[in-house]
Amino acid sequence: MNLSLLIIVPLLTAVSLLFSKGLKQVRTFSLAGSVVQLALSIFLLTEYWQQRSTVTSPMLFEDSYTWFKPLGINYHVGVDGISIAMILLTAFVVMAGVLISWAQETWSKEFFFLLMLLSVGAYGFFISLDLFTLFFFLEVAVIPKFLLIGIWGSGKKEYSAMKLALMLMGGSALVFVGLAGIYYNTQTFDMLQIAKTSIPLEVQQFFFPFAFVGFGVFTALFPFHTWVPDGHSSAPTAASMFLAGISMKLGGYGCLRVATFLMPDAAHSYSWIIILLATIAIIYGAFATMMQTDLKYINAYSSVSHCGFVLLGIGMLTKTSINGAVLQMVSHGLMTALFFAAIGMIYSRTHTRVVAQLGGLLKVTPFISTVFVIAGLCSLGLPGFSGFVAEMTVFMGSWQNPDGWYRFATILACASIVVTAVYILRATGKTIMGPMSNAYETLTDATWNEKLAAGLLILGIVIIGVAPFLLNQLIAPGTDVIMQQLGKAITLK
Amino acid sequence: MWTDFLLLMKQEMALVVIIFFLLILKLGKDRSNESYLKIVNGLLLLNLIFGFISNRDGVLFNEMFRNNGLMVLEKNILNLGMLIISLQSWSWLKGHKHTPEFYMLLLSTMLGMFFMISGGNLLMFYLGLELSTIPLAAAANFDLTKRRSSEAAMKLIFSSAFASALLLFGISMIYGTTGTLTFSQLPQHITGDPLQLFAFILMLAGFGFKISVVPFHLWTADVYEGAPVAVTSFLSVISKGAVLFVFVSVLYTVFRPIAGVWYLMFFILSLLTIFVGNLFAIRQNNFKRFLAFSSIAQIGFILIGIGGSSPEGMSAVVYFVLIYVFSNLAAFGVVSVVSAATGKESISDYKGFYKTNPVLSWMLTIALFSLAGVPPTAGFFGKYFLLFAGAAKGNYWLISIAALNLVISFYYYLRIVKAIFMASNAEPIEKITIPLFPRLALYACMVGVIVVGFVSWIYEYIHSLSYGLQ
Repeated sequence: MNLSLLIIVPLLTAVSLLFSKGLKQVRTFSLAGSVVQLALSIFLLTEYWQQRSTVTSPMLFEDSYTWFKPLGINYHVGVDGISIAMILLTAFVVMAGVLISWAQETWSKEFFFLLMLLSVGAYGFFISLDLFTLFFFLEVAVIPKFLLIGIWGSGKKEYSAMKLALMLMGGSALVFVGLAGIYYNTQTFDMLQIAKTSIPLEVQQFFFPFAFVGFGVFTALFPFHTWVPDGHSSAPTAASMFLAGISMKLGGYGCLRVATFLMPDAAHSYSWIIILLATIAIIYGAFATMMQTDLKYINAYSSVSHCGFVLLGIGMLTKTSINGAVLQMVSHGLMTALFFAAIGMIYSRTHTRVVAQLGGLLKVTPFISTVFVIAGLCSLGLPGFSGFVAEMTVFMGSWQNPDGWYRFATILACASIVVTAVYILRATGKTIMGPMSNAYETLTDATWNEKLAAGLLILGIVIIGVAPFLLNQLIAPGTDVIMQQLGKAITLK
Repeated sequence: MWTDFLLLMKQEMALVVIIFFLLILKLGKDRSNESYLKIVNGLLLLNLIFGFISNRDGVLFNEMFRNNGLMVLEKNILNLGMLIISLQSWSWLKGHKHTPEFYMLLLSTMLGMFFMISGGNLLMFYLGLELSTIPLAAAANFDLTKRRSSEAAMKLIFSSAFASALLLFGISMIYGTTGTLTFSQLPQHITGDPLQLFAFILMLAGFGFKISVVPFHLWTADVYEGAPVAVTSFLSVISKGAVLFVFVSVLYTVFRPIAGVWYLMFFILSLLTIFVGNLFAIRQNNFKRFLAFSSIAQIGFILIGIGGSSPEGMSAVVYFVLIYVFSNLAAFGVVSVVSAATGKESISDYKGFYKTNPVLSWMLTIALFSLAGVPPTAGFFGKYFLLFAGAAKGNYWLISIAALNLVISFYYYLRIVKAIFMASNAEPIEKITIPLFPRLALYACMVGVIVVGFVSWIYEYIHSLSYGLQ
């Protein structure tokens, strides 16, 4: 399959939106675009299954064109299982996001245009094998968020939008320094070639922090997580879904694919710092969530905690833990998107997100409440949903790392699940059960588009939860390549 | 000899012809400003196209005048900028008393720049520089009824005179120590003895004034604010661009024996320039002053690229100036349309701009994104190529600081975007219908901002003409 289609389709959708007239056309175009994206990514998955057994190269469907020849910049794309998992996640979230924003009427054309532009950035990022194009797409995905939050957001939206944009731009500035360092010590932007050459240890140790922290800002690495609560809570529903479901995954993927994969020696020497920060994020995030009263803040802080698992998995550097990190990225992406969708549905009806003001919603809006419960249970790691599989894999993988302190960190991280259970059960219980305010008696349940969006995401969550081996087999060859790289680093020492 | 002469000095000749043609038109019967403007813009378009046809390399007058592919390209970039500015100032010039004179002044300035770019001798270079400065000061005074405009002209002429004096002092010392003024012979005589270093610092200060490098930037904001928008955009894009072109080539050829010295100076000057430009830009409320300080910060990034001392450095500078022409002129274009229609020039007036003028808002936003270096606009490529060139010497701390400064600059560009899209305003700028010519100019800028980045052969072409320290 031609991977560039993944960039061209959303781009064409965005352009056609510019020329559309009326709300109806805007909706049709964006829905059609997102359906085609989903179809494409599923097609990509099937093609990948067929070819995986016959082809031995680490990347499939590679394509390369020279772009800026004097600087050695190529448009080089290719995918392995990890990127396909991310692409599928993106396609699911994009479609759900479009459906959830069906009622978006003010400046709808601009709204959907920016959503599509954001997805161009995400797809491009996941398929890039050239560091410069990767960086290009990373930045493409930032600015739409600023406008989405600032224009259509709620609360202190301008402040949050600015904070988010500046922090993410700061992150990508750090990433840029890391990339420049890699480039000048290998003379190429091509990731596959860089992986073959060995960068001197001192160079790696200098640039690894830039790249890792830079991407880490995107994925809420402590202490650079402060944009997450503000950004999420001010964003409109679809933008929250995109932020948590896609944007934060850009960071995790970058930490894994760029920082760890290309600079394995430094990954070994810095892993203790990563684990320290990740453990702090997990515990701090969980306890901070306990104190929140606003549903969106609850989900935002729990995202900090959950993304901590991704970083923990990467930092542990064992095969199972990295597998778990990828699983957690997909699972968290779907689960938070679902959670934000549910919160958005509740908010659009009750006009409040404060837990104390809600209650008894199960009686009037059974569908929405069920969705809310499913998202919550997935978040706390109930077996049968994706959250359990992902977190379990991370813990198992982490335990495989024999270092005593690392095991201590793993135990601490495990313990955070109890806290998660407390805040999730409390929030769900208060929101959908208990006494209901009279004002809510006339609320209507989910509309078809909301049902479809939620169904799509639940489908993903349940498939991963019931048959985790499917996703595991998909990403395993990708993690094998990364493990080889990390193994090479150990034997060199 | 004559064909050589005509072909090599083709672009200069074209400008001279236009200037005299305008003079004759002016002497003839009275024309309405509109017909006049149509003729001028047509001529400028022809001039731009003409610049691309049958160019040749060579030297004239005992190396006083040189021409090669890079110089032709640089002149073409300036021609393009001139055309865009001319189209943008349609509304302003339509009602002006002295439209023909305005063009004569600006074109004389351009002529000076062309000679400066093509000069193969420090004297020729100086002559071109002077020719490009004095008419510009007169043009800065062209808002005839405004006192601020004359004040701006006064400040410009004083600071330029001061800069020229420094430059000339430096040149004379160079001549004293080397015995020659020809670019091709100078490098053999530059040994780095103290007097030559002193001369170099004087020349650096002279150049620094022209392109407003901190600490020689103090004139910039006042002049930008006072001068008419057309002159401000000319100053910020064309005048600076031309001096930058010469600056790079002088540094890379004449002063290459002391590259180690000026490289360190650039290290400090570039960071200082970026910091000061950024910090002052945050606090501005007048749009022209804001663009003045942001252009100072941009110059800092260009200095980083120049410091790379490689073909990549030079091509990044030329490429960046080309992108800068489009993006900065797009921003100035919107400002000049708004200022011509409503007289509003402050940033807070732009609150709620999107509700009344969506198209202009998007244009301004895209231009600002390009200035900030946000993809997919061309500014992204321009800015990061400069940083890549700067990093080539292993100065990772330099580019780390510069990259973090990019974030500061995002803040103030986004501040305007915020005002346009998110802030509400009781009295927003009313709906503006853009006249045809400015609209064409804005469309051209938009096409440039989007296309120049992606179309890599433009960069590759510039790179094929560029050279580093030889």
